[in-house]
Amino acid sequence: MNPEINIKGIREGLLVTLSDGSWDKSHQELLKHLDEQLEFLRGARLAIDVGNQSLKATQLSTLRDEISERNLFLWAVLSSSPVTESTAQTLGLATRLSKPIFEEGVSRLDTTLYDGEEAILVQRTLRSGYNLTYPGHVVVIGDVNPGAEVIASGTIIVWGRLRGLVHAGAEGDTDAYVCALDLAPTQLRIAGQIATLKKQKGKQPEKASLINNQVIIEPWTKK
Amino acid sequence: MTGRVVTVTSGKGGVGKTTATANIGAALASEGHSVVCIDADIGLRNLDVVMGLENRIVYDLVDIIEGRCRLKQAMIRDKRLKEMYLIPAAQTRDKTAVSPSDMVRLCEELRIEHDWILVDSPAGIERGFRNALAPSDVVIVITNPEVSAVRDADRIIGLIEAEEKGPAQLIINRIRPDMVKRGEMLSVDDIIELLAIDLIGLIPDDEEIMKGTNRGEPIALNGKSVSGQAFRNIASRLQGNHVPYIDLYASNRIFDRIARFIRTGGD
Repeated sequence: MNPEINIKGIREGLLVTLSDGSWDKSHQELLKHLDEQLEFLRGARLAIDVGNQSLKATQLSTLRDEISERNLFLWAVLSSSPVTESTAQTLGLATRLSKPIFEEGVSRLDTTLYDGEEAILVQRTLRSGYNLTYPGHVVVIGDVNPGAEVIASGTIIVWGRLRGLVHAGAEGDTDAYVCALDLAPTQLRIAGQIATLKKQKGKQPEKASLINNQVIIEPWTKK
Repeated sequence: MTGRVVTVTSGKGGVGKTTATANIGAALASEGHSVVCIDADIGLRNLDVVMGLENRIVYDLVDIIEGRCRLKQAMIRDKRLKEMYLIPAAQTRDKTAVSPSDMVRLCEELRIEHDWILVDSPAGIERGFRNALAPSDVVIVITNPEVSAVRDADRIIGLIEAEEKGPAQLIINRIRPDMVKRGEMLSVDDIIELLAIDLIGLIPDDEEIMKGTNRGEPIALNGKSVSGQAFRNIASRLQGNHVPYIDLYASNRIFDRIARFIRTGGD
């Protein structure tokens, strides 16, 4: 057995944990390890925890191809590096073992560390199948297409057409809101409230927020 | 000679990938280019049927990759076009028989002697799709004017971007101007607005295309057909030519709109 690589069974398949160190080395170790255990692993679904490695799209897609060439299936890449996480997401890989399901009544204390402090700017169109989950505010410059999801613990602002699913205040922040130049999401959630909107064309920019625990849409003109 | 690899894909099944591959291939070959069409839909092959070459298959893609035959042995020459070849998919295997790197190696070899290598992608976003995408220089995404097909096209375009193969180019197939006019079908403008990629072709909904497909005779070889012209125009645009979008239904508003779209710099 290789001390650098730890494989354990989990509900969703196998979880492979790589040690830190240079990617080239861990990558080679991993392939070698898989080849040695091929008989045993045959057809397995792998989730790989790459630690703090920051990996680019080419590196991850190479890894995925190499794994599928061995008749194994890579479905998730776990990492503490945001770069790797977002790369994995763009390649359609999961980045956590089971999706956190939003539960009403999550204590706001859990989010105070991030609340109002962290934000990311996403300058691209989010297409169907893209999932963006972020513990803070999200600003998108571009469209959010149907089938894409943006889930933030804070506020979501879309400078473009919002047609996918958005969840602001996903950890229970009822002060979070959603703004878009064209607010036409498939589904809109703020904290624990869910709303669906009728499609209208040629509208003005709008803002959705919670007032008395109800989702209210109003023109996005003031703060 | 360095050939270009064009992958035709869609996400959703049944929108016309195979028909488009056969017709664009035929259009390019009829202009004198040397064309190889590869059916990457292992296990569910049908490019051979559409090209009318089903009964000539001896070796297939998996045979080449697994070394049971030489590349040339698996290339079936078209009945009508001297410089058009098909590499059929294996029917008795599945997508895992081929890897993306196998496809890259195969296309590198084909590139040396041929002008165009067209890869007909299977539906879906799994292994087969990645096999078809891996060798491509140009990616064509084909969709129908249906919400579900457009949604899948959007997903596929995202995946193509993630693999750094973009920007993809768009064909909208099976347009029915009468339905668009009545507001019962997504218009070309609606689709382009959502997908935000460049258009390379518009194909009308035409029974003749289906008849040709069933007979194994690409409509692109029929000089009189408007749909055939639409495919020939795509072939021409692939070569970098500026071809105006044809006015398919002379008095129809939708194609006026398309014409307007082109004039305002859509091309």
